[in-house]
Amino acid sequence: MNIYIQFAYLIASVLFIIGIKKMNKTSEARTGNQLSAVGMLIAILATVVQVEVLSLIDIFICIIIGSAIGLYVAYKVEMTQMPEMVALFNGFGGLASVAVSISDYWLKSQENNFDIDIITGVSIVLSIFIGGITFTGSMIAWGKLSGKVNGNAIIFGGQHPLNLLLFVASIVASVLAVMYQADPIYLLILTALSLLLGVLTVIPIGGADMPVVISLLNSYSGMAACTTGFVLNNNVLIVAGALVGASGIILTNIMCKAMNRSLVSVLLGGFGTTSSSA
Amino acid sequence: MNLEALILLLYVLVLGSYLGFELIAKVPPTLHTPLMSGSNAISGITIVGAILASNELGYTHVSKWLGMLAIILATINVVGGYAVTDRMLKMFKKK
Repeated sequence: MNIYIQFAYLIASVLFIIGIKKMNKTSEARTGNQLSAVGMLIAILATVVQVEVLSLIDIFICIIIGSAIGLYVAYKVEMTQMPEMVALFNGFGGLASVAVSISDYWLKSQENNFDIDIITGVSIVLSIFIGGITFTGSMIAWGKLSGKVNGNAIIFGGQHPLNLLLFVASIVASVLAVMYQADPIYLLILTALSLLLGVLTVIPIGGADMPVVISLLNSYSGMAACTTGFVLNNNVLIVAGALVGASGIILTNIMCKAMNRSLVSVLLGGFGTTSSSA
Repeated sequence: MNLEALILLLYVLVLGSYLGFELIAKVPPTLHTPLMSGSNAISGITIVGAILASNELGYTHVSKWLGMLAIILATINVVGGYAVTDRMLKMFKKK
């Protein structure tokens, strides 16, 4: 890959780091956010210059559509609806990771008949798994906060054993997807399982605890971006994803402490029960 | 991908994660939501992967269509995320 592109990615990574650092202080937070936006612009431009000329028009059309939707939603919402907006955007980011990874798998295994090596294969299944949970989990969180889904904790018997079963099934599907690349069915099963798990892990959590869950899902979307970086062998995705993944976990922990909850109970997705009795 | 490349990428992952842990250790409660929103926008970096994935010629390919879908989704994440965060932080200054 071109050295200038790599250098641009490095500058983008530094801007993300400085941006997050500045968001620790009220007086500097807005500048920090703008710096990180500039970093993103640099990363996008550095990526766009290396694509085929014939693909440029499609890419620009998609970016314009996405920007229009993003800006419209961002300026239309009330200030009180901010957490649910974050959840909605976060879900889209997770789904984007899923789409990129399936795209890469499909290109190599179905369209070009390549063998996907085991490292790339593991990265692909991880990215799909984490991204899928992030997508449906965020959609449920958004639905609960905006009143489109019942905001109460929805609890039914055998919830944890069912989640565990689906988790084990996901691992089996992942292994099969990496081993038998000629048949895409295992990858599609894995995608479906992760989407289902996202729903099931968030519905037992009550509406009042949603901000903590959204913070956790935000961390997941960072990890999904990070694993996508391993799929594409791309440093800036890994750095940005790792920053978001790690800072998201810490932020979730800080928010948990403020609400007297433990991070483990959030991770297991069962703390709605304690909140309704408290 | 060979093992050598993997090790280098793992270095990037480990150092980046540690940085993420350290960077926000002292964030005041009022900035929790903006920070969550701002870092959410950063996770839209998947857009870079989406652009690379859609860099395929021909429209009949599944991978191309998925890449283009990913660009739209990731752009909503990036643009919407930064815009919403900026709106939130603008409110802060007035107070």
